[in-house]
Amino acid sequence: MKILVCVKRVLDPQVKARVKAGGSGVDLTNVKMTMNPFCENALEEALRMREAGVGEEIIVASVGGGKTEETLRHGLAMGADRAIQVVTEDNLEPLAIAKVLKAVADREGVGLVLTGKQAIDNDSNQTAQMMSALLGWSLATFCSDITIEGDKATVVREVDAGLETIEVKMPAVMSADLRLNEPRYVKLPDVMKAKRKPMDKIDLESLGIDTAKRLTTLQVEEPEGRAAGVIVNSVGELVEKLRNEAKVI
Amino acid sequence: MSNLVIVEHDNNEVAAATLHAVTAAQQIGGDVDLLVAGENCAGVAEAAAKIMGVSTVKLADDAKFGHHLAENLSSLICEVASGYSHVLASATTFGKNVMPRAAALLDVAQISDIVEVKSEDTFVRPIYAGNALATVQSADSIKVITVRTIKFEAAAAEGGSAGVEAISGGSDTGLSSWVSQAVSNTDQVDLTSAKVVVSGGRGMQSGDNFAMLHSVADKLGAAVGASRAAVDSGFVPNELQVGQTGKVIAPDLYIAVGISGAIQHLAGMKESKVIVAINNDSEAPIFQVADYGLVADLFEAVPELDAAL
Repeated sequence: MKILVCVKRVLDPQVKARVKAGGSGVDLTNVKMTMNPFCENALEEALRMREAGVGEEIIVASVGGGKTEETLRHGLAMGADRAIQVVTEDNLEPLAIAKVLKAVADREGVGLVLTGKQAIDNDSNQTAQMMSALLGWSLATFCSDITIEGDKATVVREVDAGLETIEVKMPAVMSADLRLNEPRYVKLPDVMKAKRKPMDKIDLESLGIDTAKRLTTLQVEEPEGRAAGVIVNSVGELVEKLRNEAKVI
Repeated sequence: MSNLVIVEHDNNEVAAATLHAVTAAQQIGGDVDLLVAGENCAGVAEAAAKIMGVSTVKLADDAKFGHHLAENLSSLICEVASGYSHVLASATTFGKNVMPRAAALLDVAQISDIVEVKSEDTFVRPIYAGNALATVQSADSIKVITVRTIKFEAAAAEGGSAGVEAISGGSDTGLSSWVSQAVSNTDQVDLTSAKVVVSGGRGMQSGDNFAMLHSVADKLGAAVGASRAAVDSGFVPNELQVGQTGKVIAPDLYIAVGISGAIQHLAGMKESKVIVAINNDSEAPIFQVADYGLVADLFEAVPELDAAL
């Protein structure tokens, strides 16, 4: 079974986003970028499937501009066999991304698509669900455990009430939650090896997909900050303030 | 304009989160209809019909919707949505799972997790873990929206008198089937609606130590929550996670114990009215959002707090 792992390049999760003066967006110049953490979980799961003999070839794919290649190289260093970059400088919306990645899945004849459940930049949480609709495949979101047996998979999903187990027919689209696995660290020799692995670049235009924007971002602003608090010196003082000042207990 | 709100339920009761989505729909304006899809869920439709401000409840009672699996439910939503300008659900794991699939079937964008309705086509939503707010305008003929519940008051659950209309439709795709659900301790106070939440982080060191927080929570009528670090470490189950990718809550009082305050955690609790932080590291970022900070060893401070309450 070929596995397509869709990944996104995002602002490093440890870096606080700063809104650009003028409110046109978030400032991404000279900030650290990484592979979206949930996408690392998705890729790690694919690697484990290959190690367990369930998966064969692992293709890591992303849609984006020049530096997206760095993120794909990281995926190759983690252990993906080859990479596909659909090249565009436009910032596509999830529906368009899902259409583009569906085209990649069709072209490659994969039997499983894995993604992160959510990209930590736009927090949309849509791409896997949309891909499953466009492909007409089963969907398992927020996965914390995946067992594939033949043409079926048993998946444990993290839901608000706890854990839900479902069975899905393959082929399927699955989105990874954090507890699915712990992504491996990349070692230097793997980074060197990744430089020689195949990297396909596809021009977005050549796919002939309508990626027109449906949404216009009118403004991006910082939320109101909280007023500065106080440091109390004892539990007694804390309880007194919660009772008499904040009046919340 | 006409709004369709997808009702979240367990075939017995309307989920509280849906009441907040109804309010968002009312703010958009026009009629508000509800869709109840499930199995043996006529009681849910009757309860939904009493929600204030609802025009019609559409009831799709069919085994294929029994467990709200995304493939079947999204096909139904796609069919019903054609008569509406806006289709909404709460941004819970239910809404997050099914709504984008329905949006793609409709070939429209989804606007995730809205926190404000500016006009019928313009909405505000948080991005980057809530460190920025984007105002977006939709050009789609049908606007598919998920609603951040803490930013909209709950609609009154009683007082309405909508009609219930049985409908059929949606495909039985046979793509997935429900197996089981691990039910958490239902005696505990619900995290998403609790007035007071006591949360523990990595500093708790073990799951057993959460007993200290449960004791404090019992005295305050509070729910217990946790940071991602505590869940990842296996101290507590996933449904307790508060944060960017867990639950987003806004209680009157949030007590963060042994939580450093990573960006992704703050995203889930910084709208709380009063925030208390107890941490032995005075440099911990949690103190930057705390109204009351106590720099102390939690293993001394929490029992002392418990005794003082």
